[in-house]
Amino acid sequence: MNASKREAIDRLLKMVFRATGLVTIGLLGGIFFMLLFNSIAFFAKGNPIDFFTGSQWNPGSDAGNYSILPLLASTGFVALGSMMIAVPLGIFTATFLSELAPDTLRTILKPVIEMLAAIPSVAIGFLGIVLVGPAIARVFGIQNGLNALNGSILLAIMALPTIITISEDAISAVPKTYKEASLALGANKWATLFQVTLPAALPGLIAAVMLGLGRALGETMTVLMATGNAAALPKGFLDSIRTITATIAIEMGEVPYQTTHYFALFAIAVVLFIITLLINLLGEFFANRLRKFHA
Amino acid sequence: MDHVKLSAHNLNLFFGSKQILKNINIDFGENQITSLIGPSGCGKSTLLRCFNRMHDLSADARIEGTIQLNELDVYDKKNPVTQIRKRIGMVFQKPNPLPKSIYENLSYGLNIHQFPKDEIPGLIESALKESYLWDEVKDELKKPAVKLSGGQQQRLCIARTVVLRPEVILMDEPCSALDPISTRKIEELILSLRKDYTIVIVTHNMQQAQRISDKVAFMYLGELIEYDSTENIFKNPRQELTKNYVGGHFG
Repeated sequence: MNASKREAIDRLLKMVFRATGLVTIGLLGGIFFMLLFNSIAFFAKGNPIDFFTGSQWNPGSDAGNYSILPLLASTGFVALGSMMIAVPLGIFTATFLSELAPDTLRTILKPVIEMLAAIPSVAIGFLGIVLVGPAIARVFGIQNGLNALNGSILLAIMALPTIITISEDAISAVPKTYKEASLALGANKWATLFQVTLPAALPGLIAAVMLGLGRALGETMTVLMATGNAAALPKGFLDSIRTITATIAIEMGEVPYQTTHYFALFAIAVVLFIITLLINLLGEFFANRLRKFHA
Repeated sequence: MDHVKLSAHNLNLFFGSKQILKNINIDFGENQITSLIGPSGCGKSTLLRCFNRMHDLSADARIEGTIQLNELDVYDKKNPVTQIRKRIGMVFQKPNPLPKSIYENLSYGLNIHQFPKDEIPGLIESALKESYLWDEVKDELKKPAVKLSGGQQQRLCIARTVVLRPEVILMDEPCSALDPISTRKIEELILSLRKDYTIVIVTHNMQQAQRISDKVAFMYLGELIEYDSTENIFKNPRQELTKNYVGGHFG
């Protein structure tokens, strides 16, 4: 092969790789602008103040109430609730797996946890309707177990594999020298774990929680099936709710093209997008601050 | 010899079925610096880690024989390993500050051993002074310890050990990852620590062993070949193996 031909191939390959990189950026930008332009149309037509301050999402009414608050609160409830369950459970499981479990148990547990991630969200939704919902209804003595608590439990189950896997990687990656340093100073196993190993793994643990939270915020099918579908401001975890994602999934297929309602769905999508973006940035910021203390 | 501070009697160590240390008998005198020398893989670091029970961490390590700190049986189950390790400190080959601030690297051990809160700042200051580090770090105690240079990090690791007022300090090739100037500082530091502590140091560096130690133990293939004053080991070894090793014929 002669030199000019080789250079041509060299250039071509460079372009191919650059193009693949740019596609990702293009996709992200494209989605963002599509959401943005459509939601600008909503704010131009509709009532932006009511969108943020109102208390009802009721597109069917004559006036057409498009307040994001009930949906945002719903999303917030299930996301927060699921993290309250999944974060401690996930991090403790990860710690157990990487620091305490005997090898035989670890080799069984790890694939089982990874299989948990492979269960389709629809199936988890079934679980919510058939099992978790009735259980909640019995325990709390209420009519209907399809509520925020149900959604939180299911989303926790779905976020667990992500949180466990990434946390375990983070904990296992803590250098052995840290542990030795701590033990050699006369610290016991638990002090070493809680004061050295876990703090050293914290950037990774934050990343794990953020990814888990992202999963919980974005999940649609499970919450659609198991949280009762009530677009009203929830007062507690036993109220039925409807998240931003579920609202979009339910209404987008029915809504007439380019109506206020149509644009409103884009507007709530943008809000969700911005929230997930902020959470990611925040997680990254804290993780970077902690990384300063690492070699 | 003066008072014996730390000793091993008939010490055998196995990893699985492989014997690493073979019938080691050695006494370390109080306020002396003893160097353990020998070619790589001779078991000197392994021996060092017996004294503060670091082999407890590896499930397949099995130890026979006794190790005593004064009259105390180090491996007696009645004696908590955390207390043993407070009394027998350790400095590692590669500087390993904890991923915390300079101050927290020292306060960590103090808090673990429940030193009174109001004494901690003073103890930290004096340990840093003893380790010749105070002047360099006194204005940036909140800085991450990893931002220090390698030599400073190692002095911090020594300070972190010293702050607990141990009786013995074990050092596992503390200068092998450092440049000559940092090494020199650490050596001066080790010499100044002798008046308060009993020091056992593993080293690959013959000159270092000669510069700093009172006594030298030469090990080969898991056995203690010769143990004598530094002068005798280097000028006048009794064993052919020792002579060949310190003469640079192998190792």
